[in-house]
Amino acid sequence: MLHGIRLEYFLILATLMFFVGVYGFLTRKNLITMLMSIELILNAVNINFVAFNKFLFPDKLEGHFFALIVIAVAAAEAAVAIAIIINIYRHFSNINVENVDEMKY
Amino acid sequence: MEINELMFVIIGAVIILFSIFTVTSRRILRAAAFLLFVLVATAGLYFWLEYQFLAAVQITLYAGGIVVLIIFSILLTSNVGEKIDKVETKKVIFSALAAIAGAILCITTILQQQFQATDALAQEVNMKVIGKSLLNYGENGYALPFEVISVLLLAAMVAAIVIAKKSKTS
Repeated sequence: MLHGIRLEYFLILATLMFFVGVYGFLTRKNLITMLMSIELILNAVNINFVAFNKFLFPDKLEGHFFALIVIAVAAAEAAVAIAIIINIYRHFSNINVENVDEMKY
Repeated sequence: MEINELMFVIIGAVIILFSIFTVTSRRILRAAAFLLFVLVATAGLYFWLEYQFLAAVQITLYAGGIVVLIIFSILLTSNVGEKIDKVETKKVIFSALAAIAGAILCITTILQQQFQATDALAQEVNMKVIGKSLLNYGENGYALPFEVISVLLLAAMVAAIVIAKKSKTS
């Protein structure tokens, strides 16, 4: 317990955020909004890392550093994803996933 | 209710509420703004847990970097005034069912699990500790992931430039 808040509350908060991200990923069709859902999912995982670190292993820093690394991976992923999205837009004048099916078959 | 608990409840409510707005908003630029609120609230959560460095990184990298990148690409690729088409009801229902079922499964598992509280003394996380840990390859050192992430970042930067640049022939 930390200031009267239990670890479970953090985990439930992160779970809800994660599945809101999953819902967005399943329903959205625009590539950029799908990317935003993925950012939500990564952020939820980060909260889990940090909460586990603070509550269960306060004398170590594993969760802290892996949250940092996940943030860096998210930044790299966003940069590459947006480069791909801009390239797709040049080819199809559109970033709707349903219209981008030229390489499908 | 203590002030700390109240802060946690407010930050948690902001995170959940704006997450839902992010995935349901029909105006894409607003969805990006709501995502910004979620990321800043997460930084608030890190401040609440007294990880100041992580919160600063969250604000500069996520809120400052990624959201700006997303907004730029929205302005490049989408008509901002236009609303996104409504999602079909069937798709909404099945996606919501999948998400809610997953959330219930995870939450019941979390509540069943007994987490062992520690009495270990909390380590102070200041810049000196962070710098020494990142470049230390012995006990409590994170030199390997730090190097791996730097190589990954370099590769991602090169890949992004190569993919996004115009080809000479077209």
